[in-house]
Amino acid sequence: MMKVLVQEQDFNIAAEIADIVSKRTDIGGIVTFTGLVRDFHGSNKIQKMTLEHFPGMAEKQLEAICKTAQERWPLLGGTVIHRYGPLNPGDQIVLVITLSAHREAAFDAASFIMDWLKTDAPFWKKEETLSGTHWVSAKDADTLKAEKWQK
Amino acid sequence: MDLLYFAHVRENIGCSSEQISLPDNISDVSGLINHLRAKGINYQSAFENEDIIRVAVNQLYVNFDHVISEKDEIAFFPPMTGG
Repeated sequence: MMKVLVQEQDFNIAAEIADIVSKRTDIGGIVTFTGLVRDFHGSNKIQKMTLEHFPGMAEKQLEAICKTAQERWPLLGGTVIHRYGPLNPGDQIVLVITLSAHREAAFDAASFIMDWLKTDAPFWKKEETLSGTHWVSAKDADTLKAEKWQK
Repeated sequence: MDLLYFAHVRENIGCSSEQISLPDNISDVSGLINHLRAKGINYQSAFENEDIIRVAVNQLYVNFDHVISEKDEIAFFPPMTGG
């Protein structure tokens, strides 16, 4: 089972790892990925960002992506946390933790979850720059990254 | 039926949700979009470019030819940009 949380508040990576590892001794590797708010987009300086989401469906989609990852790799657990609301450059946006007996499964599953989350989880970024605010447009490159996992 | 709008679709239309009754002659998502366009310029601009419109019926992604009914919850939004 993987833990999925969609929340406004920040998260603590060490506490999240401790929460799922607990006293287990069968875990050989932990992979974590943390996404942060960058202060630039191309040549634009980002002042602030707001993440909008579809409550209910966001959790459902993240759970579905985690389920697929668990069917594909021998994971011993994991966590996905995605934040929403107003964020500043440097803030944490997303956390993926994967646990497995051997590192390959943990690395590949974390990468798979991130690639699918980008294109399949209903979240939308709005950036505030000196010249105004705009919705971030989806990148074709992200769709291709997600599709490369299809066998 | 319940309609939900997110991101630029929500901003263009000017509300995040509304309830409408599904006209008898409309059977799919595509028909609903055309029906909404007739409601005003704000809907026309929200649905101007169908390439950047995604649809979820009862929280599942569907195509524009998906058959809809009065009891569905239909959400319109742009391609996702989370992560």
